[in-house]
Amino acid sequence: MLKLQDGIKEIIRKTATSLPRDVEAALVRAYEGEADGSPAKEVLASMLENVSIAKSSSKPLCQDSGTPIFYARVPRGLSFPVIEKSIIEGVRLATGSVPLRPNAVDVLTDKNSGDNTGIGFPEIYFEQSEEDTLVIDLSLKGAGSENAGTFYKLPDERLKAERDLEGVRKCVLDAVYSIQGRACPPYTVGVGIAGTRIAAAALSRKALMSKLTDEPGDDRIRELEKKLLAQINELGIGAMGLGGSCTALGVKIKHAHRHTGSYFVDISIACWANRRSRLIW
Amino acid sequence: MAGKKIIRVETPLTEDAARALRVGDSVLINGIVLTARDKVHKHLVNKRPNPGDIPFELAGAVLYHAGPLMKEEDGKLEVVAAGPTTSQRMQMYEPFVIRHYGIRGIIGKGGMTGDVIQAMQEAGAVYFHAIGGAGALLAGKIKKIEGVWMLEEFGRAEAMWAFRVEDFPAVVTIDTTGASLHDQVEKLSQKRLEGLLST
Repeated sequence: MLKLQDGIKEIIRKTATSLPRDVEAALVRAYEGEADGSPAKEVLASMLENVSIAKSSSKPLCQDSGTPIFYARVPRGLSFPVIEKSIIEGVRLATGSVPLRPNAVDVLTDKNSGDNTGIGFPEIYFEQSEEDTLVIDLSLKGAGSENAGTFYKLPDERLKAERDLEGVRKCVLDAVYSIQGRACPPYTVGVGIAGTRIAAAALSRKALMSKLTDEPGDDRIRELEKKLLAQINELGIGAMGLGGSCTALGVKIKHAHRHTGSYFVDISIACWANRRSRLIW
Repeated sequence: MAGKKIIRVETPLTEDAARALRVGDSVLINGIVLTARDKVHKHLVNKRPNPGDIPFELAGAVLYHAGPLMKEEDGKLEVVAAGPTTSQRMQMYEPFVIRHYGIRGIIGKGGMTGDVIQAMQEAGAVYFHAIGGAGALLAGKIKKIEGVWMLEEFGRAEAMWAFRVEDFPAVVTIDTTGASLHDQVEKLSQKRLEGLLST
């Protein structure tokens, strides 16, 4: 029987070397939407060429193979520590075989561990599930886009953003404007709304795991996502920030109840190569 | 930019060649480029090594903001993916590096601002914007690894690599007149943001 660590290694290879179908389709639509001969169209053409080279040669799309972030939903009877061990071993194996760039640096010694493992690295989140199968979602999150994440506390006087969805809209537009082209647009924008910093940040990054084609259950969220996508694209930042009509491929919003006194809006950005996959075991 | 011709750029760059380039020019870079990211920049500014202690000629050089992904097979190194990294992290170091070491070109992504644009204007250096995330595509433009500096100290992703590149594609987004495509896009988006926030 195939070991879980080998399954992890394989899902890392797939995630590093190819794009989810919905993301690639959105890039193709972005390419088709830009004017012939514009820098944005040339850039998008090169991105799509890169996707095809990476896939056919099984090489990572980007030299920054990212921070591996795992979300594991574990059926009853399986132990978290055992799965954690397999994930870490899978990351270690994949670093050599894919290969991945060693990205884990010890904060105290400034030394790179060389195998993408270390304290809290890779990031692993566990959830107990009622299902029969183990489901592991993986994101390879590049640093350029992670560094672009930001948060707001509402109300925000500068933006005249109040504690409502209209205030959230203003924060998201301001965040994307502030990043400009530095985090490799067209972006997927994840938004988390909650009453604590941690909850909002966890939600905004989890939002990046949604498919672009997923529809939120709540009409108000669906409308805000649609409106924000259109308005972000009106900013004109464009692919790689060189100007153009596609600055984002999608906006995904997740929310939790908040404390009466707090209203956090956290924004996580994924670069155009939003590398995510699911392993069902 | 439709139908615009593509300019072939040879490294090392002369001051005249750098000053002839303009924002919006599409270029194909040929010759040696030197990778330099966070740790190399910090080292160049804080330790100020003499040019003689660095195994590559920095005067006229093109620096590449990149942390490549390398693979070693049978004792031979291969560049697997090598796209640009975000240049803004080098912002506080770059004016000194450009002036002190005579750098003529920076390849990166996302652009640089203020003091760097001023240093480029004075010293005669330009910014080449490469396509972020196109690591596999751009690795194909690297034909040879000519050498490496600070490999032990900084590791493969942060060392200074001398790569021989052929027809490495980029767009000039900051030139020696002080013009910056990044500033232009930011100003336009600021106007649109103001409109969207007031609705």
